[in-house]
Amino acid sequence: MSEPVIRHYGPKAYADHPPFSYPDYRSTVKRSPSHDLIRIVQTLTETTGPGPAWAEISEEDTDLTTNTGTGSPAIGERIIVTGRVLDEEGRGVPDTVVEIWQPNASGRYAHWRETEFPAPLDPNFVGVGQCLTDGQGGYRFTTIKPGPYPWGNHPKAWRPSHIHFSLLGPAIGMRLVTQMYFPGDPLIPLDPIFNSAPPHARDRLVATYDHDVTEANWALGYRWDIVLRGEMATPLDEGES
Amino acid sequence: MRGRLGQTPSQTVGPFFTLRLYREGENVLVGPGQDDERIVIEGRVLDGDRTHIEDALLEIWQANPSGRYRHADDSRDLPLDEGFTGFGRAVSDFHTGDYRFETVKPGLVPDVEGAFQAPHISLIVQGRGMLNPVFTRIYFSDEEQANEDDLILRTVPASRRQTLIAELTDEGPPKVYRFDVRFQGDDETVFFDF
Repeated sequence: MSEPVIRHYGPKAYADHPPFSYPDYRSTVKRSPSHDLIRIVQTLTETTGPGPAWAEISEEDTDLTTNTGTGSPAIGERIIVTGRVLDEEGRGVPDTVVEIWQPNASGRYAHWRETEFPAPLDPNFVGVGQCLTDGQGGYRFTTIKPGPYPWGNHPKAWRPSHIHFSLLGPAIGMRLVTQMYFPGDPLIPLDPIFNSAPPHARDRLVATYDHDVTEANWALGYRWDIVLRGEMATPLDEGES
Repeated sequence: MRGRLGQTPSQTVGPFFTLRLYREGENVLVGPGQDDERIVIEGRVLDGDRTHIEDALLEIWQANPSGRYRHADDSRDLPLDEGFTGFGRAVSDFHTGDYRFETVKPGLVPDVEGAFQAPHISLIVQGRGMLNPVFTRIYFSDEEQANEDDLILRTVPASRRQTLIAELTDEGPPKVYRFDVRFQGDDETVFFDF
């Protein structure tokens, strides 16, 4: 009977991630652990994951301006968001399920949950997309630039424009949900969710405008690479820098 | 070794993730040939005040009843079950906070010391107000001996092990297990780093 492969992934670098409790973002206070995490060895349970087997990937879901299927395009500034999913060694991570969701150009989510923000819905925009990374870890979406919107965290709290990204790679330990922001947005420094990331790592959440990605008479281009925990060649690598 | 790239920071799933991250039926993992083995796992996610979290996302990953993961690294000579991926998603009910999975009890998978682990399911919990996912495991109260011997459970202080064990509440069929996830307090669920 053949033996399973048990890989070894580098640690989640908690110093590069937000703390669990970040009081400026109020709802974290009661929704965060108070005990230290318990460190365990990686077994086959931790080094495997669902990959793309469960997902129904369709090419249509890479274009959020048309994937409602209404036959009419969504309203707003059409953009292309593309990049690569990488590990810490810069290797592309293929076969990763990338799922995105966002509000429309007016800053309104097509979600049943009530909000006091009286911005219009766009019948031709749901704001959800999905794709699988290619052999080099690449992904690409066409969408509408999301609008900023108010939320209840503090007086005059507004979220900067952002797109939610979910990544499910080859191992559950690599699970990442994050948000992509747009360069030059004046709301970014005022946003406690953005600021929950440690200062040295915040730039990693901001896309860059890429004129090579921009398509003439069609859409502006943004590039954003996402870095996940990587696999170690051997456990001995862990101490190296 | 050349300089390593820094990891992209985690951010919250926020209140609107169900737009994309949950589709009806994703909480039912049972494949077409597995009806006789169906189990239910249900519970709530509770905050530091023990108020239920109304917008939690729960994701599970598990082996099939033969103990095999549907993954290229698990090449063991064990059967895979048609229609069973081992991955599922559930969301807590907005009003009651209840979540529910319908799945099958996983078989035995190896640990790293040449023995087998007790049957367990890996669970990832996220939600609005959570800036990082938390990782835990669901074990089963009717696997007492296997739990005693389990490598990972033995890593956990004895006083906290109970937080990882789903309680059999109905012999069924289907068997029903209850597993609540609690933040903060003496009975906080054990969360793992690996």
